[in-house]
Amino acid sequence: MRAPDVPTRALLEVKGLRKHFPVTEGVIARRLIGEVKAVDGVDFTMRRGETLGLVGESGCGKTTTGRCILLLERPTAGAIIYDGVDLASLPPKELRALRRRIQVIFQDPYSSLNPRLKVGEIIAEPMRVHGIEPNAKRRTARVAELLTTCGLDPKFADRYPHEMSGGQRQRVGIARALALDPEFIICDEAVSALDVSIQAQIVNLLEHLRERFGLTYLFIAHDLSVVRHLCHRVAVMYLGRIVELADCDELFDNPLHPYTRALLDAVPVPDPTIEAARSFRPVKGEVPSPINPPSGCVFHPRCPIAVETCSQARPELREVRPGHWVACSEVA
Amino acid sequence: MAPLLDVRDLHTEFRTGAGTIRAVDGISYAVEPGETVAIVGESGSGKSVSALSILRLIPDPPGRITHGEVRFLGRDLMQLSDAQMREVRGGDIGMVFQEPMTSLNPVLTIGRQITETLEQHRRADRAAAYRRAVELLGLVGIADPARRLKQYPHQLSGGMRQRVMIAIALACDPKLIIADEPTTALDVTIQAQILELMSGLTRRLGVALIIITHNLGVVARYAKGVNVMYAGRIVESGPAAAIYHEPRHPYTVALLRSVPRLDRPRRARLDPVDGQPPDLTRLARGCAFRPRCRFAIDACAEAPPPLAAAGAPGQFSACLRANEITAKVGVVA
Repeated sequence: MRAPDVPTRALLEVKGLRKHFPVTEGVIARRLIGEVKAVDGVDFTMRRGETLGLVGESGCGKTTTGRCILLLERPTAGAIIYDGVDLASLPPKELRALRRRIQVIFQDPYSSLNPRLKVGEIIAEPMRVHGIEPNAKRRTARVAELLTTCGLDPKFADRYPHEMSGGQRQRVGIARALALDPEFIICDEAVSALDVSIQAQIVNLLEHLRERFGLTYLFIAHDLSVVRHLCHRVAVMYLGRIVELADCDELFDNPLHPYTRALLDAVPVPDPTIEAARSFRPVKGEVPSPINPPSGCVFHPRCPIAVETCSQARPELREVRPGHWVACSEVA
Repeated sequence: MAPLLDVRDLHTEFRTGAGTIRAVDGISYAVEPGETVAIVGESGSGKSVSALSILRLIPDPPGRITHGEVRFLGRDLMQLSDAQMREVRGGDIGMVFQEPMTSLNPVLTIGRQITETLEQHRRADRAAAYRRAVELLGLVGIADPARRLKQYPHQLSGGMRQRVMIAIALACDPKLIIADEPTTALDVTIQAQILELMSGLTRRLGVALIIITHNLGVVARYAKGVNVMYAGRIVESGPAAAIYHEPRHPYTVALLRSVPRLDRPRRARLDPVDGQPPDLTRLARGCAFRPRCRFAIDACAEAPPPLAAAGAPGQFSACLRANEITAKVGVVA
């Protein structure tokens, strides 16, 4: 299958990515009884400066996809090509150098910061690991600069994470991700744990940083409203596969895949007048187990428009309009 | 007619190492029979503590309900004995909490947890309780009830567990259900199923519902009346349409402007509330929102302003400048 293409040269290409986790039984003699197909054939391309949203519900494989790109998981199959280089082919030393360019911001600002380190040490750690800025004075200055960039007073460098609020901690996580001047940042549910008023501050900060440093974001999230606000393009995942991929406004205004439609319908809009006028029936059933996914199209048991053939053949992603890709045989 | 539930000047405090926290600082509201009312606010606003206070589920120490009345079916819940209160909880007031895994007992079957409620409150015999349990699972949309009743909570998905919680809450034909972030832990398609189920059942059975949530969309879809909480107080209350379209408190305005919306094209910037959430151990004398407020004046530092009528009929705002705030938020620009 051809990956959805983009006009300019791609910064990141994910081709046929699969990640299967073994499921074992027994304590002493462990027998393999199955596989969790967390990511089961994912293709997408990102150009420089773009923000791609990767959305879906728990267990759809969005986080595993991100972890594969970070090489925190070794893919079962497929290739991750970053700036023209296949990451799997790189010797460890070059890989280490390349990883400076790819950073991550995690969801939970409480568990992703070391509670025993001061904020200044947390932000300086990536520089220490990569041997950048060995001069202590210059490193301190750099930490102060990063804190200011992320909207925090430089004197926070001497505090511990527990002395800060969730929003402030998330700013520390962002400052740490910026410490190595990356070009690509994976935001894994980076604003999901925050209250709305603080979430909006962090969303604005991410947008501001993108413009200022020309960053490329892979924005992994389950909150569709935030994704609509922040992303250029959006890929919707279900049970390890991308079911729809399109430009942001196109996807939200013109969703074609029945799962995307169900997902968008399920989100209540903060406007009682609109909600009162809307008739609404939630999609039936729950997400099936990824150990034993349904045959054919994985969404067919819950799908309102499924026909008999949907349980037989797995629909491939195809381009139904320029830039709008859908994996559904029933979409014209 | 008297309201079903009438909360009057409720105060709850927690003593901590850092000082006394007034988690709920004098809130009053009423719920009519069969009505759905939302309490909305961010973490630490006191919305959950206010619900737990109504049910007298505040751990003492460190917490204490220091003042207030909660009139329910003609009685003040604060004056009841512990035994009488146990009759009310799970009897006339059902409860649904956020985390169905921790609110269900992991070592009892689903069936036992439902029949236990019926045996305790309605003195039903085993056979009658079992029949009612089967009926309740059917009511909450769980297929194959006989098999499910024999299962343990860990064998069910998050959505199924929350359906069981709703079945337990409904078991004794309550007049009121208090649901504290009932769908926050669930995925959006499951969240939609659970909320539709709850709103459908409460409407059909005439049960009043207090829904506590941080999700402004959920409030817009399901609640008739809204109470917005900030730092332990209700800062604005009234009919949902008025609160969303013509809010009269700067915090409500800020909250609505902070939410990215699914039905709007990409905008350049969100307009968030400045500053950090309030530190309840160090609240100043005046309005708690003052340090973050764009409308603040000197008088705001003197005392927290009381709720006063502003805007639409039934709308109240705890802001000195409520009548100057006429921001139209919910209207597409």
